[in-house]
Amino acid sequence: MDLRIAHLYPDLMGIYGDRGNVIALSQRARWRDIAVEVRAYTTGMTFDPDWPDLFFFGGGQDIGQDVVGADLQGPNGDAVRKAIAGGAAAFSVCGGYQLLGTEYLPEVGDPIPGLGVLDVHTKAGKQRFVGNLVAETPEGLLVGFENHSGRTYLGPRAVPLGAVVVGHGNNGEDHTEGAVQGKLVGTYSHGSCLPKNPWLADKLLTWALERRHGTVRLSPLEDREERLANEQAAAVARARP
Amino acid sequence: MTDTLRVVPDALALVANAAGKVTLMGLQIAGRGGTALPGLVTLQLDPDYIAALTRALPHGVVLVSGTNGKTTTARMLSDIAKGSGWYPIHNRSGSNLERGIAGALLADSSWRGALSGNLGLFEVDEASLPRVLGRIKPRIVVITNLFRDQLDRYFEIDQLAKRIGDAIAELDPSTALVLNADDPIVAFIGTRHRGPVTYFGVDDPSVGGKIPQAISDATRCPRCKAPLRYERVVLAHEGDWSCGQCGLARPPRDVSAKTIRLEPSASEIELRVAVSSAFDPIRVPVPGLYNAYNALAALAAARALDVSLVTAARAIAAFRPAFGRLEQLPVDGRLVRLVLVKNPAGFNAAVGALLETGRHPKLLAALNDRDADGRDVSWIWDADFETLAPSIEHVVVTGIRSRDLANRFKYAGVPLDAIEVVDEWGSAIDRAVGSVARDGELVVLATYTAMLALRGELARRGHVPPFWED
Repeated sequence: MDLRIAHLYPDLMGIYGDRGNVIALSQRARWRDIAVEVRAYTTGMTFDPDWPDLFFFGGGQDIGQDVVGADLQGPNGDAVRKAIAGGAAAFSVCGGYQLLGTEYLPEVGDPIPGLGVLDVHTKAGKQRFVGNLVAETPEGLLVGFENHSGRTYLGPRAVPLGAVVVGHGNNGEDHTEGAVQGKLVGTYSHGSCLPKNPWLADKLLTWALERRHGTVRLSPLEDREERLANEQAAAVARARP
Repeated sequence: MTDTLRVVPDALALVANAAGKVTLMGLQIAGRGGTALPGLVTLQLDPDYIAALTRALPHGVVLVSGTNGKTTTARMLSDIAKGSGWYPIHNRSGSNLERGIAGALLADSSWRGALSGNLGLFEVDEASLPRVLGRIKPRIVVITNLFRDQLDRYFEIDQLAKRIGDAIAELDPSTALVLNADDPIVAFIGTRHRGPVTYFGVDDPSVGGKIPQAISDATRCPRCKAPLRYERVVLAHEGDWSCGQCGLARPPRDVSAKTIRLEPSASEIELRVAVSSAFDPIRVPVPGLYNAYNALAALAAARALDVSLVTAARAIAAFRPAFGRLEQLPVDGRLVRLVLVKNPAGFNAAVGALLETGRHPKLLAALNDRDADGRDVSWIWDADFETLAPSIEHVVVTGIRSRDLANRFKYAGVPLDAIEVVDEWGSAIDRAVGSVARDGELVVLATYTAMLALRGELARRGHVPPFWED
């Protein structure tokens, strides 16, 4: 069995350690004897919509986000939409999460359209949310670190990934964190997220493998280090939000 | 002391000076060293205190800033200044916010505000640099490099570089800049200055890290955002770069390393300078390419200060490293190396220095997430643990975020039975030292406050002097 991961704009959207998510997905597949290939999808390339089983889309600096937003307005954006319509899964963090949504409203100027595959929209906020982030999900605690000024609001087709316990999450108002819609997941959790939230990594792997390999039952992993990292991070977050 | 200053700063500065000195004395009586309080008290009373006291220093003020290497560069420069017979006033302990600079002035000033030195030499936190530049008129500003560091505090490197560039554009043309030509973000800042710039860089074609550089701080042109082309990558985004779109490129180097020969605990640099004949190779008694860069920065600054390169080279050859910057100490018959790591570029450089020599050291790795470490531990996932992993025989992991670090080693491919988590500083040291054979080597990789804690534990056992006596 094999897995194909397209890492969207790793040279522009990857300054907060989000690469750890690709490491986690790849290693957790390899530990189950699933071969993994990771390809960078970035500016100057023509995206192949038939290749990816899974997209990873990380957070970036504002400059990176401008360049990426512009590239996604063209044929590469169409390719990502086509891939997702064809059953590819996606995991997105922070800036990548915002760009999967319908639009971003800056403080001044016109709305910037997103890919529109995830039913969320984002407004610029004044205060930046920086700190530990813990959210309760049906599968356990999601732990990480948030660092964003955008306020993201969910539309009716998306459901929250979790409920905020520590930190601000999507917008600091409605106590929601992240979004799930079909096989797409968005979150504000850096940290990196997936290495210490392995249940989410495995959910994404299952969805991604489904596209070409049908329903796959992943063999369980021990996940002791992952669990202990999750518990320690949650304890630190509660003590020092 | 030869030329002690006889300048009377204004009344407000004198009041602030006195208040700070009283605070400092009070703390000393209470037996507490190394605190920020005296500087804070002083700046609260007179925000222009630093400018008022340093205005008439005969040799002016040198500021050393950048993400990595500023403490080492400033210390090298301090040794160079002393070698030229000057008396630098220097925030040596690495307390590099405005209050730390004020603290250094308080310690070296009389009650009448006269300074006992003739050169101000201040390491400045890169996020504080724009504000400091707005308040004083330095003779020289050195910028070593700009990497992403502690994003929760500094946010984004582009924004920081822009703020520094804006402050540089306002500088008087009599200020000279000393900049890293190999760092595109730093070199671009130079284009905004109206005065002289001395550039340093590495021109040895055989030099390049063994580490695949997975860092995206500056793969884009700082001017037009197009992808940069690299003929050669030296460290992270430092190298021989150019932009194919707008034509921005690495500026010519005034002080450059023609060859660098790396050894396990030192390096030798053959220097090429714009106007000069041949020099003997310069011995840099601290290991790694990044320390060669620090030496180049100090040499370029010496040049901008009109100090002879022979004097500068002699001072560097006699250099001793600062706290946690590759200090080496004997502990129970083992050699313990302390390496401060705080961001992906610094981590990769430190690991590169370890691996260049083909060693398989035992490791003690410590991760904290306090303000001074950076509260966001995400950076460990950008650091290249994968390159380090095959060389690891045993690693003891500790710190407030020990479990994140252990998990990072796991995902880098280190076998679980080679990773030992020990959640208490003293026990972690015991386990790690115990894992090393006599005459063997232990390498300690730790973030700032974790290094303070480990070093405090080593000091308690009499292996190192306490930090503030340094």
